[in-house]
Amino acid sequence: MSVNWFRFSSPVSFYPLAGAWSYWFAILAALLAGAGLVVGLVIAPTDATQGDAYRIIFIHVPAAWMAMFIYLVMAGWSALALGFNTRLSAMMAQALAPTGALMAAIALWTGAFWGRPTWGTYWAWDARMTSTLILLFLYLGVIALRSAIEDPRRADRACAVLALVGAVNVPIIYFSVQWWNTLHQGSSISMTAAPKMAMTMFADILIMTAAAWCYTISVVLARVQAIIVERERGASWLESLIDLRPKGTH
Amino acid sequence: MAQFLAMGGYAWYVWMAYGAAALVIAIEIVAVRARRHRALDQLRMSAEASPPPPSMLRPRSAR
Repeated sequence: MSVNWFRFSSPVSFYPLAGAWSYWFAILAALLAGAGLVVGLVIAPTDATQGDAYRIIFIHVPAAWMAMFIYLVMAGWSALALGFNTRLSAMMAQALAPTGALMAAIALWTGAFWGRPTWGTYWAWDARMTSTLILLFLYLGVIALRSAIEDPRRADRACAVLALVGAVNVPIIYFSVQWWNTLHQGSSISMTAAPKMAMTMFADILIMTAAAWCYTISVVLARVQAIIVERERGASWLESLIDLRPKGTH
Repeated sequence: MAQFLAMGGYAWYVWMAYGAAALVIAIEIVAVRARRHRALDQLRMSAEASPPPPSMLRPRSAR
């Protein structure tokens, strides 16, 4: 069986596919988030030392992971866009930036509201917090840079370079708790050791991470559809979308 | 229920974290849907303003 993957690198064939995937991943995200919230807020037992404040972990950790991961995916699409000069890769990178910024903002915000009851402060210039704040600024920088350049193809290249240069920040965030001995604790979950927490809590972090994954895929694909229509305006294939989606039904 | 909402005395922190996350996610969903609507509306308007040549009105299979 041979699949011609390059077929999907053109916006024409990708557009309907993105719509279908966006729909199904939205349903999956809603189901996972519903289950994850019930387990995280109701079923998971109260922590012996932190009380119920620890329940913030179920959004904090998945959001922080997603913020870092989305950045790497965005840098990957940017590299493809630079290397192969493909329009769709640049559009994917463009569509990922706002959701990445959102995840970074959620990670910082929930961290503040977890830090206050447990560490006694909403914010400190700790290595991990600072590098995550830089991550948020990198996302905002990519978005601002795009809106500052009128020619979309030039904006693609400029944003791709910025995204790739900023990627060095991701390992800095990841290893910050080992490299600098500041406020943020080390990771509770490691690839190489058993998790240092109750099984229910660990399982729910994974459920909420899966929900965040599905949400990201769904919302980014919906955004890339909008970007395709915005940027390919005038392309003859787009006219067929109008027939598919008459007024008021989309 | 009241006990659940109290979150063992950490209601302010827990609900500020969860509430803000839910709010920004809801805003993002609405914004993305609106952006898609807007893009398709503009496409429709520009198509109505300048109808495509007859060759493009034929069904896909005929092309």
